Amino acid sequence: MGSVAIKKIEQPKSFKFSKANLDKIEKILAKYPSNQKASAVMPLLDLVQRQHQNWIPEVAMEEIARILEMPRIKVFEVATFYTMYNLKPVGEYLIQLCTTTPCWLCGSADIVKACEDHLGIKVGETSKDGKFTLVEVECLGACVNAPMIQVNDDYYEDLTAENMIELLEHLKTGDDITVGSQTGRTGSCAEAGPTTLESHAKKAKIKMAEIEEDK
Amino acid sequence: MPKLTIDDMEVTVEAGTSLLQAAEQLGIEVPRFCYHDRLSVAGNCRMCLMEVEGAPKLAASCTAPCGEDMKVHTKSEKVKTAQKGVMEMMLINHPLDCPICDQGGECDLQDQSVAYGFDRSRFLDNKRSVKNKDLGPLVKTTMTRCIHCTRCVRFGEEVAGIEELGVLNRGEHLEIGTYVEQMITSELSGNLVDVCPVGALTSKPYAFKARPWELTKTETIDVMDAVGSNIRVDSRGNEVLRVLPRLHEDVNEEWISDKTRHACDGLKMGRLDKPYLKNSKGKLKPVSWNDAFEAISAKIKVTDGSKIAAVVGDLCDCESIMALKDVMHLLGSPHLECRSDGSKFNPYIPSGYNFNTSIAGVEDADLIILIGTNPRLEAAMLNARIYKNWRDNKVKVAVIGSHIDVNYPYVHLGTGSETLQDLIAGKHDFDETLKNAKKPMLILGTGATMRNDGLAVHALACEFAEHYNMIQDDWNGFNLLHMSASRMGALALGFTPKLENGGHDLDGIVKASSKGNLDILYVMGADDLPFDKLGDDTFVIYQGHHGDKGAAHADVVLPSVAYTEKNATYINTEGRVQIARKATFPVGDAKEDWTILRSLSAYLGRPLPYDNLLELRERMVQENDLFNHVDEVIAQPWNKVIASDISVNKVPFKLPMADFYQTNVICRASGTMQECTDAFFSANIKKRRVNG
Ligand code: SF4
Ligand code: FES
Ligand code: FES
Repeated sequence: MGSVAIKKIEQPKSFKFSKANLDKIEKILAKYPSNQKASAVMPLLDLVQRQHQNWIPEVAMEEIARILEMPRIKVFEVATFYTMYNLKPVGEYLIQLCTTTPCWLCGSADIVKACEDHLGIKVGETSKDGKFTLVEVECLGACVNAPMIQVNDDYYEDLTAENMIELLEHLKTGDDITVGSQTGRTGSCAEAGPTTLESHAKKAKIKMAEIEEDK
Repeated sequence: MPKLTIDDMEVTVEAGTSLLQAAEQLGIEVPRFCYHDRLSVAGNCRMCLMEVEGAPKLAASCTAPCGEDMKVHTKSEKVKTAQKGVMEMMLINHPLDCPICDQGGECDLQDQSVAYGFDRSRFLDNKRSVKNKDLGPLVKTTMTRCIHCTRCVRFGEEVAGIEELGVLNRGEHLEIGTYVEQMITSELSGNLVDVCPVGALTSKPYAFKARPWELTKTETIDVMDAVGSNIRVDSRGNEVLRVLPRLHEDVNEEWISDKTRHACDGLKMGRLDKPYLKNSKGKLKPVSWNDAFEAISAKIKVTDGSKIAAVVGDLCDCESIMALKDVMHLLGSPHLECRSDGSKFNPYIPSGYNFNTSIAGVEDADLIILIGTNPRLEAAMLNARIYKNWRDNKVKVAVIGSHIDVNYPYVHLGTGSETLQDLIAGKHDFDETLKNAKKPMLILGTGATMRNDGLAVHALACEFAEHYNMIQDDWNGFNLLHMSASRMGALALGFTPKLENGGHDLDGIVKASSKGNLDILYVMGADDLPFDKLGDDTFVIYQGHHGDKGAAHADVVLPSVAYTEKNATYINTEGRVQIARKATFPVGDAKEDWTILRSLSAYLGRPLPYDNLLELRERMVQENDLFNHVDEVIAQPWNKVIASDISVNKVPFKLPMADFYQTNVICRASGTMQECTDAFFSANIKKRRVNG
């Protein structure tokens, strides 16, 4: 993290926002008073990350500073504050492994091990083919379906060592990826189906058919 | 105007005053780390906690505004316990390396820890460590000591106009850093050391030199530029160890430039400590004062006054200028010159050579035109005012002359005098803006007057000022910015060519010398004269304190003292008379400047009529009443400068100063200044200076 790490990596020489992103920037800027453009720094950093292989190079921060008329250091401050901005290259899939207590109690250690063994890399590393990067994170707020991970924008829950490996394989080929619970659970419904408020569940049409079937 | 009680004392304060400020008005001491009078309020250290009756939690008094009928306690048990807690937290990651820390003895953390802290540590884990940052040759960093008060970041943003420092990462990993490890490039960076309440940022040149309690502190005046910053010189024995700023709201507030602060090691190097006389082989050899004076008086006695000239340099005090003027008068010489840089502005009209708006007045301007000047280099503290005005009021700045590297945006109007003419003739787009300004001001720099048509440019600028309503009843927006500390004093004392007696200016003096029409040139501390253009027959007397260019070209060298070694008077560019005090003693056989001239006059058989500083100062008052008004700015009645020859040439104005760190003999002798030059002005680093 921070200035030390970022210096060692090779930085691209230039960065330009794509046409589509420039249009988006215009829309984003319209939300803020024209003398407070700096407010748009976070969405712009996000745009860079999406456009530029999931990470933010220095030149892009300079470009943002220029567009938003703010000092570069201020962009850098924001970018280093939030861990979701990657300041060095990451794999196509950034796998964030939650290892906080609830996930850990439900076996996150196995998930970490499964990933490490299957991909042949350690947490903090990127696989040789540039597909996967493993990082450890704190609670992502989906403890009900622990253990869970986040891959790029999506959550994958109810993991076991087996379905984790399966998931990795699917990600590799890009087919057949199921976002969310890997055991087919709906939302954060109890594993054995609703036990209370069944009538509400019915009203909300939460796959009552399935639940009924299970019963 | 809320009225409240703090520690059972009643106080009525202006609306918007913070509890901390209100407590200070009552003389209550409030511990603090992040709060600084001159910076925005951050409220992040929590050391200033106070108990407000009825409030559920303690309040950070630096951010809490006073309210009607508040009852506040600063020393209740609750407050004391909380402050102990804050101190304990603050020290969790602090290395407690006071014995090897330069801040020791003047450290807020140390002091407040003793006064408000807990007397033992309950912390057992490892402390975190933080990598040190490279902030250049002046500021040493020990980042593990940082308590994240962010004063340095705010100083950079709000005063120095360097937006290179920031708070990176967060939580346990939070640290102060620069944009991807960049060196900070500012002429005010030394002040970071003063704002840092702990030993995270300390002075690199002063590292491990002394402890504060060993130092003798002398309050005096700086001579590195014409601003006349108020400084405190800290010395031990006869060595000046450091220079610190002293508060003067109207001059330098509480900041000083890096040159003012760090040139002091030049006081030890290359000093002239004995009189020297050229022998028959043309070599300078040390002699006694007696021999030196004999040689000079022998020469003078056979020379006609019209063939004697005198030039004063950048660092001279008013007393010595007065004495030199009187000696020259005795000898009947009309060739007196203080514009040793060769500038050609009119030196006889006070409103024409003064910085009329005053330094503090810059903050009131709503439009500033910089003509042939880069105030950032020529008068760093003045530039800080412009920056402040831009930051607070978005003052418009326009430049005529070369492009300059300043920390505020400006409009570039043109490169030379024809731009001024175009504007006056209404042929420039900027005409409207100028006409609409309420309090416009211009700063005419040496770059515009240090040329053959300098006088015409000076007159043109005066006309420009009048044309655009810069001269009003209670506003004078015409300013000449000087670069040397001696200049205003010399002008006020009339150390200028006596035109009525055919007095030459610098060019005339040099020309006369090269033609063999000048027999004696008395050079007092002027080292940047075109010595190689002087004729061989001119006998050069150099009086000064450093063995620089002047001494190298002299026939006699008279060693005098530097600014920290004399009680003296200076006038800054806005006409403020200030008294400097002696911090250390002269080096070797050197003597105070005015006493040298006094002795010389005795050798000439016509002793000057003053035997001590008091009498000399009375003589100065006779010459100019300004010296009666110490530390005041006297408004000069407007008199326009007129030139008989008003033709100006089209050559663009050049900037007079290339290297901020090498402008006079003291900084040229200083190792620290040399390092700064290498770091900031060498080509490869210059490339890294982005948005400046
Ligand atoms: S370096 Fe000094 S001034 Fe800057 S945040 Fe740290 S303690 Fe405060
Ligand atoms: S602990 Fe893993 S999501 Fe909360
Ligand atoms: S001084 Fe008030 S919070 Fe730091």
